[in-house]
Formats: sequence, C-alpha cells, structure tokens
Amino acid sequence: MRIETPHFKDNAHEALKDKQLQKALGGLPGGLVAQRAAARAKLPEFETLRDIGRDLRNETLELLDVYLETYERNATAAGAHVHWAETAEDARRIIVELCKAEGAQLVTKGKSMISEEIGLNDALEEAGLEVVETDLGEYILQIRGETPSHIIAPAIHLTQEQVEADFRRVHDDLPADRALVEPAELVGEARRVLRQKFLAADVGITGANFLIAETGSSVIVTNEGNGDLTQSLARVHIVITSIDKVLATREDLATILRLLARSATGQECTTYATLSTGPRRPGDVDGPEAYHVVLLDNGRAELLGTRFREVLRCIRCGACMNHCPVYGAVGGHTYGWVYPGPIGAVLTPALIGIEKGANLPNASTFCGRCESVCPMRIPLPKLMRHWREADFEAGQPPLTQRMALKAWTALATRPRLYHLAMRFGAAVLGAAGTWRGRFGWLPLAGGWTKHRDLAAPQGRTFQQLWAETQRGVPR
Amino acid sequence: MSVARTAILGRIRASLKAKAGDEARIAAANTRIATHANQLVPERARGPEQGRVALFRSFLEGQLASVIEVAGDDAVPAAINTYLQQMELPARLRMGADARLAAMPFAAERGLVVETGPAQADDAVGLSHALCGIAETGTLVMAAGGDNPVTLAFLPTTHIIVVRRDTIVGSYEEAVSKVRDALGAISMPRTLNYISGPSRTADIGGKIVIGAHGPRNLAVIVTG
Ligand code: SF4
Repeated sequence: MRIETPHFKDNAHEALKDKQLQKALGGLPGGLVAQRAAARAKLPEFETLRDIGRDLRNETLELLDVYLETYERNATAAGAHVHWAETAEDARRIIVELCKAEGAQLVTKGKSMISEEIGLNDALEEAGLEVVETDLGEYILQIRGETPSHIIAPAIHLTQEQVEADFRRVHDDLPADRALVEPAELVGEARRVLRQKFLAADVGITGANFLIAETGSSVIVTNEGNGDLTQSLARVHIVITSIDKVLATREDLATILRLLARSATGQECTTYATLSTGPRRPGDVDGPEAYHVVLLDNGRAELLGTRFREVLRCIRCGACMNHCPVYGAVGGHTYGWVYPGPIGAVLTPALIGIEKGANLPNASTFCGRCESVCPMRIPLPKLMRHWREADFEAGQPPLTQRMALKAWTALATRPRLYHLAMRFGAAVLGAAGTWRGRFGWLPLAGGWTKHRDLAAPQGRTFQQLWAETQRGVPR
Repeated sequence: MSVARTAILGRIRASLKAKAGDEARIAAANTRIATHANQLVPERARGPEQGRVALFRSFLEGQLASVIEVAGDDAVPAAINTYLQQMELPARLRMGADARLAAMPFAAERGLVVETGPAQADDAVGLSHALCGIAETGTLVMAAGGDNPVTLAFLPTTHIIVVRRDTIVGSYEEAVSKVRDALGAISMPRTLNYISGPSRTADIGGKIVIGAHGPRNLAVIVTG
C-alpha cells in the first residue's frame, strides 16, 4: 500500500470538508461506542478479563520464539507448510510463487490487514492472477480502487448510495432497472456475484486473527462467513499472518474471544470463529488439499526489544479508533497507511519508520479514551509520546518548535527564573486581557487563536495563588 | 531450516535477550500448554445446569437463529420437516456420514429428500451434528470431517444443526475439554467451527443484514 502518512495534515483538511465522508462517519462510530458499552455492562468480569488478556499476551510475547517453534512443530505435524518471511517483499514473493506452482488463475481472499500491509493484491495481479476480495466491505473497496479506512469495518467511510452506484457501474451484466435500494438487496447481489468466485477459485487466502501453539491452528473470526467459504472451497488455503499473533492454548483463545467481539462491535461473540489445522484429512470430503501459513516479521521482532513492545499485544479490535475523536473527525484514510487511529499512530512509525510516520503520533489530543477502552490495556498515549520524543531526537520538528522547546527547557529547569518570567507574563496578559477576559489573537500563538480564543490569565500565577491559599489570604 | 526462519527467531531472541535452546524457557512454555489452565470463566458460564439450555437458546434467538427443542432423536426429522414447511423452504436437505443423524427416522418423513456428501453449489439446506454447544454465548461447536462436511455449514442458504441437550456446556473452556475428550490432547479436526447465528454483515452503511455469504437461516434442534 502506498505510504501517504506525510500528508496527514492536508488529508485531514480534505476529510473535514468531504460531505459524503462526514455523512458516513456521522452515524457509525457512535453506534459502536454505545454497543461496546452495553456489551461490557452485560459481562461483569469484563475489566478483570482485560487484565488477564494483557497478562497472557505479555507472557506469550516473553516466550515468543519458543511458542512460534511449538506452533510450527504442531502445524507441520498436521500437514501444514509453514513459511517465514522477513519482509513484505519476501511474503509477496512466497505467496506469488505458491500460487504459480499451483497453476492458479483465480484467487479469493478473506479480510486480512497483513495482506494490505504487504500490498499483496497488486503483487498477485502483476503476476497475472485474478484476485477477488470476498469480505463485503473489502469487495466494495476493491471495485472502487480504495483501501480500508477501518481495521474491522473497512468501508465505514462509504454511504449506501455510493455502494449502489458502484454496483450499478460494475455489475453491468445485470438489468439496469433492478431494485437496489434496501441494504439487503445490495448484500444479496454481492452474495450472488461472489458465490461464483468462491466456487471457481483455485487458491483461497485468509489472514489469521490468532495462531495457537498448542495445536498448530490458525484462527479467523468473521460475521459474514466469507473467510470460511474462501478457505474451504479452494484447492489451496494460504494463511498470511504475522509473528505476534501466537497464543499458547485454546483456553487462552477463550479469554481473548470474550474480549475481542465485545470491544470491536459490542457483540457477545462474532457469528463465526474458525480454527484451521492442516489440510483436509483422509476421510474428509471437502476442505483444501494443501494448507500454507506465511509468518511475517516486517519489523516486529525488533519492535519486541524496544519500549514499544506493548503494541504487539494488539488484537486488532478497532475499539481505539471507534473511541478516538480525531479518527471520528477525519476518518481512516487521512492516516495515510494501513493502520489508522491510535493503534496506527503507534504501529505505523514502527513499521514504516518515524521519518515517514511522524505526523501520526502528533495527531492526537491525548484524551486517553483509546487506552481506557483497549482490551489489551495498551498504553497508547504513552507510546505516542515516546514516538514524539523519538521524532524530536531525530531532529524532525520545525526549527521554531525546537527553539521554543529549548527556551522552555531553559526556563523550566531554573525555578527562580521560571517564577519570575511567569509572574511577568501573567501580569502583562492579565492586564491586556481584562477587557474581554480572552484573546482572539496573540503574537506567537496564532496556531491556537486561529480556531479558538485563549483565556486571559487573571493576573497571578498558580504558584502565587497556591502560596496565598496556604497563607489563608482571602481570594 | 530456512534462512528467514533463523533470522527471525534470532532477532526475537536478541530482542528478548534470550538464548536458543534455553531449557527453562522451553519448559515454561511446555508447562503452560500441558496444563492449559483456565483463566477466569465468567459467572454466567458457570450457572446451574437447569438454566443452561435457556441461556443457550436466548443468545441464539437474539442472533436471529431458530431454536427447536425436541424430546428425542426420533422426533428430529419431523421437526426439521415442519421447520422447512413453515419457512417455505424446499423439502430437500444434504448431510454428511454422521452416524447419529443416519440413525434418525428420516425415511418416515414423506416428501423430505435426504442427500449425502459435501455441499453442492445449489443446495438449499445443509444438516450437521454439533460436537457440543456453549451456553455463555449461544454457540455451536462443529468438528468438521466426512461425518459433518464443513461446506454444509456455509454454502446452503439454510443450515440446520442438531445438538444433544446433555452436550450443552456453560463455557468455551468446557467445550475445549470436550474436543480433547473426543479427539485427544492436542488433536484437532481440519476445521473446528464456533457458530453463533446466521451469517451477517454491517458493511453497507452500517446496517445489519442477515445472510451475507453464509446461511441466511440457522435452525438449531436441541434433542435428548
Ligand atoms: S490497540 Fe487495543 S483497542 Fe486498538 S485495535 Fe489494538 S487491541 Fe484494539
């Protein structure tokens, strides 16, 4: 996927002006927020389960190499072929080669963010294969030539009217006067079109929400059932996933499943959770004849050794973006790469480099809602702050910002000078602002006052007021 | 052993400041897997046996599945026939080689055509037998294979699942124990499905539509 992260600010301006997008965003995230809250209220143990989920993911990451080896051993014993890919390019090459070796022409795909991360569709198409996304949201994006704007609701930025127009444009062999007004009619049409693809596909590619070391299984979690048709009707099933997805046991999966759907959509559970282990067995009458799993690193092994390790606990539920005021205002595309929202602000700089991703950790109000809802209790604001520091250390911010911070440091590390300067500032601003009590414009603060007023100080500093309170001076 | 594998595992160990072949770490992982301890099992999944089927049923119905309770296996074919008539569905279904289903008196159901094998593209109704049910979320656990081909659960427009009342457990953890009992400590079928309703999507304008790619109708017959 093309990296657009450096254009975050321009994209955000565009997004705020985009009426279609604002209409699409208007209805949804609020609904998901309320649904999550309702699901949480119905499960009294939810907060404790979050602690447990965090701990068991930490334990697995602490022994990641051992669990991956165990996973590989058990998967291989069940007949799986496990492939290791250091980079996105390696993963693309492995999958293209597997498809070619199978003489494949048509590839169906379940939803996979890792496949977006590695730009898999383009690679397969360049190799002459027809690729069809089968998750309804992903299918709509594919026919529009777009990328997902949300990790679990990829087409959340589109309205029903836009989808209708796209179906009329692309399904041009169907009668032009057909009814396509109800969502059910649109879903029905996509269902009929995609059925043919499921049945004709040579290779089915899915992601994996999780891997289970104990049994060598890969797990997908869906509501549509498209992933299941993708993987059970094609001759070959290829799983593309990353090394951080491994869990120890099926019991651990139970805990994680209790958190995932409730955090994501407020469902008690998703309609389907599917554990796949090897290819079809003797005696089976359906299922794939071959089963491959591609394990992608792409920077994660290194990330494990940094202060960003905790982000690897992420189970990709999307709660952080559903609750993010910035995401809610500008949508996912503005973030410019695969992972939007708070998780994207932490993960993207790690995967594409802070030089390109610096805008994202800065696009935050630090309100903390993401951390307060993250089922894995990832301290997203803290990690964003770490990226800001890393960005600053790398000398990226503009000169004025760095000068200002240097000046601030000079003051803040010298208490007496600081108090003197603050008293002076508060007195001057207090006197200048007495007329209205606020400023519509101030020199050096244009970035702030352009969109809001700055309240005028009341003439004394906090330290002065505090000292007076301590002395019992009436206010 | 591939170069990439060695490199990735090496990087992970460098990040964790760990050595390859560290017996203590390997033992820690092995023990965790061998004990496969339950974490916190929610109260609602630990409720008394009497309430279990009702809980199971209420979640499934909340997901717009139909739940039909019958007295015993002999009553299953008639219940299916009635359901198909009520839903105005074709009186024709397909099932796998499951012995429990095969032993049910389908021949006595006039007009009901029963075919066997994996699902075909234009099948209207698939019938499977669940390994067990989970009350805490209204979930069916399906161990796919020749007995219950996986495609029957996803291709036909209607999927009917038979589950024995005494196999409906409270929690996911108990269901995993049942899988272990049936198949062995770490053995799995090619596909193990957790199914909790008919297929659905919210991808068009955020509105929930039942019947995305999988079945539009899910009927669960609780027997025994
Ligand atoms: S960071 Fe937390 S809230 Fe965000 S997607 Fe990951 S697990 Fe969900």
